[in-house]
Amino acid sequence: MSATTPETRERGFLDHVIYVLSENPITAIAFALFATIVLVAVFGPILAPYDPMESNAARALQPPSADHWFGTDNLGRDVFSRVLIATRLDLMISVAAVALSFVVGAAIGSAAGYWGGWIDAVTGRFVDTIMAFPLFVLAMGIVAAMGNTVENIIYATAIINLPFYARVARAEVRIRRNAGFAQAARLSGNTDIQVLAFHIFPNALPPMMVQISLNMGWAILNAAGLSFIGLGVRPPTAEWGIMVAEGANFVVSGEWWLAFFPGLALMTAVFAFNLLGDGLRDIFDPRQRT
Amino acid sequence: MGPRTKLVLYRTLQALPALVGVVIVSFILTRMLPGDPAAYFAGPAATEASIAEIRATMGLDRSLPVQFLHYVQDLVVGDLGNSLSTGQPVVEELTRRLPASLELTLTALLLSCAIALPLGIAAAVHQGSWIDHACRGLVTAGVSLPTFFTGIVLVYVFYYLLGWAPSPLGRLDFVYLSPPEVTGFYVIDALLDGDVETARGALSQLVLPATTLALFTLAPLARMARAAMLQALSSDYVRTARAAGLGEGQVVLGYAFQNAMLPVVTTLGMVFSFMLGANVLVEKVFSWPGIGSYAVEALVVSDYAAVQGFVLAMAILFVLLNLAIDIIYTLVDPRTREG
Amino acid sequence: MFLDVQDLSVSFSTRRGTVDAVRGVSFSLAKGETLGIVGESGSGKSVSSYAVMRILERSGRIAGGRITFDGIDLTAMSDREMRELRGREISMVFQNPRAALNPIRKVGHQIEDVLRRHNRATRSTAKAKAIEALRAVRIADPEARYDAYPFELSGGMCQRVVIAIALACDPRLLIADEPTTGLDVTTQKVVMDLLAELTKSRGMSSILITHDLGLAAEYCDKIVVMKDGAVVEAGDPKALFADPRHAYTRRLIRATPRPGAEVGDLLEPPAPSPVRPVPGAPLLQVRNLRKVFGRGASESVAVDGISFVIREGETLGLVGESGCGKSTTSAMIMRLLDPTGGEILLDGRPLTDTPAAKFSRDPRRGSLQMVFQDATDSINPRFTARQAIADPIRRLTDERPAGRVEELAAQVGLPLTLLDRFPHQLSGGQKARVGIARALASRPRLLILDEPTAALDVSIQAIVLNLLAELRAKLGVSYLFVSHDLHVVRLLCDRVIVMREGRVVEEGTAEAVMRAPSDPYTRSLLDATPMPPAAIAATPALAKAAE
Repeated sequence: MSATTPETRERGFLDHVIYVLSENPITAIAFALFATIVLVAVFGPILAPYDPMESNAARALQPPSADHWFGTDNLGRDVFSRVLIATRLDLMISVAAVALSFVVGAAIGSAAGYWGGWIDAVTGRFVDTIMAFPLFVLAMGIVAAMGNTVENIIYATAIINLPFYARVARAEVRIRRNAGFAQAARLSGNTDIQVLAFHIFPNALPPMMVQISLNMGWAILNAAGLSFIGLGVRPPTAEWGIMVAEGANFVVSGEWWLAFFPGLALMTAVFAFNLLGDGLRDIFDPRQRT
Repeated sequence: MGPRTKLVLYRTLQALPALVGVVIVSFILTRMLPGDPAAYFAGPAATEASIAEIRATMGLDRSLPVQFLHYVQDLVVGDLGNSLSTGQPVVEELTRRLPASLELTLTALLLSCAIALPLGIAAAVHQGSWIDHACRGLVTAGVSLPTFFTGIVLVYVFYYLLGWAPSPLGRLDFVYLSPPEVTGFYVIDALLDGDVETARGALSQLVLPATTLALFTLAPLARMARAAMLQALSSDYVRTARAAGLGEGQVVLGYAFQNAMLPVVTTLGMVFSFMLGANVLVEKVFSWPGIGSYAVEALVVSDYAAVQGFVLAMAILFVLLNLAIDIIYTLVDPRTREG
Repeated sequence: MFLDVQDLSVSFSTRRGTVDAVRGVSFSLAKGETLGIVGESGSGKSVSSYAVMRILERSGRIAGGRITFDGIDLTAMSDREMRELRGREISMVFQNPRAALNPIRKVGHQIEDVLRRHNRATRSTAKAKAIEALRAVRIADPEARYDAYPFELSGGMCQRVVIAIALACDPRLLIADEPTTGLDVTTQKVVMDLLAELTKSRGMSSILITHDLGLAAEYCDKIVVMKDGAVVEAGDPKALFADPRHAYTRRLIRATPRPGAEVGDLLEPPAPSPVRPVPGAPLLQVRNLRKVFGRGASESVAVDGISFVIREGETLGLVGESGCGKSTTSAMIMRLLDPTGGEILLDGRPLTDTPAAKFSRDPRRGSLQMVFQDATDSINPRFTARQAIADPIRRLTDERPAGRVEELAAQVGLPLTLLDRFPHQLSGGQKARVGIARALASRPRLLILDEPTAALDVSIQAIVLNLLAELRAKLGVSYLFVSHDLHVVRLLCDRVIVMREGRVVEEGTAEAVMRAPSDPYTRSLLDATPMPPAAIAATPALAKAAE
């Protein structure tokens, strides 16, 4: 291959990315937010001003101040530090879950879309059965049945995300299965697996990237929702959902900061991923702009 | 039998595999408990003998297919087992609490449709205008809001700060008596009873949780309505209608809107799925005595029969809702009447 | 003048700034006249007519000029007044008729909507009048069709309904925008004849927008030729075809396939046609080939026992309308699809020994290649031209892609500087060259050309056809040329077979089939293709015969 190939491609793509970012500053904000969240997840323990586990009855339930930006909770722990620390756990759960369901979903969806027939029938039935449940409720059932642990939260979230990837992959592969370039690839001596892997899948990937980003937000929401109702993560672990749940008891008496800041962090993270999804859609597929 | 009736029957039959799948998965979930399910169901204070007894009564000592058969037999007669914590049959508990959940969910659905559909349509018709931008902003913010967080913020603002809303504890303040049960929906039952005061009390309790839930479902609905409407408006048949001089009202509402509603009806399934899930969280925040908070309470005390009964009940409800959507779609779109 | 368009400009605001789609276009039309606006894709011909109707999409606007209709300036009218006019005074027929109708509304009701909108009917008379409108466009059993939904009607039938909607209120001007695109040639003729007759009998004026010079010449009193948003030439069709003033018009007329012309004659200036190789030994034999899709009640026979032979260096034309089984046949020969019955032999050895799913590893894979209908769709969007051409070299040959890709590019006339571009950075003609280069990469002995020019403008078609003829002369490869258009097929083919409903209805040398078709279906196919008068003018031999 000529050395100029990737370069031309990179430059064109980069120009396009810059164009989309400048055209839509919100996408730029989303990228910045995303970067911040990743940084906090990585360096959270270094950045946290207090030990997130250290309780101190003397400073319990203090409103936000210069010392405690987000106030302190009922045990006197620093809410800001706890929110920072929780980022890693929340992100870890959702990234693991999404990665898991992407790999499995993309594989079975692509196979179903490409070969059709009984593979499609079987995987279709499987995916339909998952979708026959209200997804969050299914996740509750799975965690309740498999045991109340963080790994099981990940598995449950992965299972309820699976149908989305499987369906997107199936649809995107299916519309390209008999496209001219796929036929041409067969005539060029590619086997079915090669046609699928080198020709069809790379073209089906961009819409799936969008799905990944949008689902990331949803996965975070689900995981936090599960811990909000007392599944998975247990106190005193710092996690956004459980912090909101604990703080909820104090809202009616006016101590709003306990629930507000972790909730805000959660919302910001989900918001960033959703915006990112929209931005990626613009970058990968300008025609789908809505 | 008319072709429509036939088609409706056909759709109903098509829902059966989903129902079978739901039952199988529920069965697997009840048998998947780590360790010995009998020990779980017997509770922490059980003796060796009582565990064995429970194992025998639950049929856990028999082969899986036989167990499944018993499970299905029990389901058919409406037996979901007894709750560990209350000792009551799970089915009774669920039926008693179901109207509360339905009242909340349906109110929220009506509320979000009433806002989302006009908003999405207006955004599409006036693409690029302020209303379009407002719609896009609301949609992106809406899907990012954790329901339980929205609920808590609303409680803080409207109950603690402003004092407009009653305390977030259940369907009716204790100063009122629950209305005689007709539909199970307090607001309607109170009105039927002619008790406007109680109806108002019930409604004021309902407003915040319903708004919370509606805010959550508003976003996907508005997004879909806008996208479908945009697509319909740029279609060839709308161009034909415009070229024939049809008025803007007829083009937008008669031609574009009717076509745009088809994909929106399809997404309703997904919206229901989100809604039934979010319902659990909202019920917990507002101590709403529905089946969601029942499940959450059961989870806390590891009352598995109750949790799995709840999961199954929700799934069946969801399958039925999807069936209703399918039937509506079939009746609305002439193209589905082929074959 | 009844309709007078002066100095019309239309611009669109896009992501890349303002695009002037129409720049200073003027034309006029008298009562009862038919005006043809001819041009290739992107010439601004449709946009001009949308501007007249004032139905430009949101991003487009009339940037300048005047449109006077019966003394009224349309550009100065309010949207409300314009809506009164549309459908009642001026109406429009679109391409792709099925999409042009509301999919979930009965066609009868769609006609009623227009009638009632313009007060031509009341609630009680609407149904009768709608049925009347359906009858006027020759729809059989209009009472029953009134209740039909668009998906229940054929494409031709849908177009009649669109015409019924357009003519329901007796407008005085009808604009037809590529009204036959997407329809089969035989349906095309029926629809055009119907349109011509209805407008004539009602004394209407009409504008026909088309890319097809032949169609415009046959049905129009006046022709305007557009290119890149501007009018390059206008006038009476006979004069315009006999003596085109503008170089572009000349090139367009030349490039239109016509009886008597050789493939080299399509170029401007005409070039000598490449020599045709003398057919040698039989290369491919097809015997009693059958393909049945589905099973039981839903069974449908796509190919019903066809047989033919292609010799070394020979070009066979396979002609038929959509759904005749020609694509299924070529997919089976290419070993992308297994036949239900019959034999396909290459050099006397059955190809069906290796099932289609395994054929990519068969040593004969490289001998059988294909040039696809839509060059855009047939190149992987994530591959550069170089990667696309290199793929078969790497997989099917022992050669090194590096030098071979350049060699192939030179062979098909693709500038080497374009090799590192992606498909979306190439023009239609350039993509066609990439597709041909890729097909030749494995040094095939038989190349199936599946409507290789159907998606191309006529001037590019001429160039691609000449390229294919040249390559054949140079490489001695055999072609199976699949097309719906006998006039195009004839330019390259020695022999032609005509298919209909899965069977061969006619077979013979191209000349014989064209001159004296034995099957009535072949004749209707030939008659349905409109021919510009230049077909005669540009071919001295025929011109003499005509005198």
